[in-house]
Amino acid sequence: MIEIKDIYKTFGDNEVLKGISAQFLPGKNNLIIGGSGSGKTTLLKCIVGLHEPTKGQVFFNDQNFTEMSFEERVPIRTEIGMLFQNSALFDSMTVEENIMFPLNLFTNQSKSEKLDRANFCLERVNLKGKNKLFPAELSGGMKKRVGIARAISMQPKYLFVDEPNSGLDPKTSILIDELIAELTKEYDITTVVVTHDMNSVMGIGDHIIFLHQGQKWWEGSNKEIAHTDKQELNDFVFASKFMQAAKEKL
Amino acid sequence: MFTSLGRYILLLRLSFRKPEKFSVYWAEIMREMISIGIGSLGIIGIISLFIGAVAVIQVAFQLNSPIIPDTIAGSIARDSTVLEFSPTISALVLAGRVGSSIASQIGTMRVTEQIDALEIMGVNAPGYLISPKILAGITMVPMLNILSICLGLLGGYIACAASDDIAPADFVLGLRDGFLPITLQASLIKSFAFGFIITSVCAYQGFYTSGGALEVGQSATRGVVWSCIMILFADLIISRVML
Repeated sequence: MIEIKDIYKTFGDNEVLKGISAQFLPGKNNLIIGGSGSGKTTLLKCIVGLHEPTKGQVFFNDQNFTEMSFEERVPIRTEIGMLFQNSALFDSMTVEENIMFPLNLFTNQSKSEKLDRANFCLERVNLKGKNKLFPAELSGGMKKRVGIARAISMQPKYLFVDEPNSGLDPKTSILIDELIAELTKEYDITTVVVTHDMNSVMGIGDHIIFLHQGQKWWEGSNKEIAHTDKQELNDFVFASKFMQAAKEKL
Repeated sequence: MFTSLGRYILLLRLSFRKPEKFSVYWAEIMREMISIGIGSLGIIGIISLFIGAVAVIQVAFQLNSPIIPDTIAGSIARDSTVLEFSPTISALVLAGRVGSSIASQIGTMRVTEQIDALEIMGVNAPGYLISPKILAGITMVPMLNILSICLGLLGGYIACAASDDIAPADFVLGLRDGFLPITLQASLIKSFAFGFIITSVCAYQGFYTSGGALEVGQSATRGVVWSCIMILFADLIISRVML
């Protein structure tokens, strides 16, 4: 379980996050949603330690991650997998080397064991046989799937996903969402997804946090989101004509 | 400026933390040695041959007098090649070839979140990305310098053989006459320092890139410019202290 307590983050005079608290449970797809500039990605970066919160604390299974040194964080970091918005695959490495990279650094597995694990992860994301390709040779959807394969190679307890659907066609977006949801249930991972894609929200949002102007505005599930009386959330969720039409049918 | 200096020193300190796994870092060092060393052989070879040849031709032209022995051209060409042309000009060329590549590579990794990906995994990103480059730089640049000296002197010999200003035998005699080992020591110390400057300054510029493709280009330019300035400054200090 991940718990965040009263997180504030300020850049210069700009207060981006204003006292956000939440719990993210294992086996659930926890979604952080909100409009552009609402602080979603900043919150995600504060949770994983890429940004240090100005105030507040982050706990991974009751361990205070915020107060740990770089060395103390390493064991927790090896339990974290992350899929970045642009996949962030290492350009100079093949798909297989990308997936084996954390295994090379943090395990004492033999080369054949690491290869087996890489093949298993690739098969799990439906990219069997793509081992020797370089990131530049992959489509956007394939890069995302390799990113997921790399993120799960160390059998993570926590999976963080930043805008998994950006730049993807609707069909591929749904495939990526389904893959994330399947992995979350299959391995009982605590998954935190930052998104503003309403298909993701309605499709996999077990637990949703809506951020508005750096504050937690609403919390609930995808079943509750359509019936909220919060104006700001309604404006966000039903911004498109398609969603408005869908709401009228509800 | 002091902020930048402080960040540079802190980055260097982070770069030399204990590696997560030595074998992975060793493979990176080897890869960087090939990239910096083998990858620069061509340009260093061509430049050294031509500079050596030109140095001899110009010395022969300026000291063309019946009271000055012909062997002096070899001695002057040797000392100027060993002390200045090979270490400094090679380093300035390497700042352009190797330094810009390091700054743009690390800068691109920064703006495409690859460095964030390393940090999320628990990898000490400065250590993994920068220390192998510095170690490869301080090893390969002195080796390239030795090669450059040899080729520079060969270029001088070829220039003598191709013209009738100085006899090749006089040139060789001049090379061997009054050689001081301190000149070679100074040359190697210079190239060691230049290797460190090129890799660390350009890595620093790349590591703190923010923005996009435009900023990556600017970081590479800043890396090369600062490396060149620091190389010339270090050249002055080492020459003053050692000679």
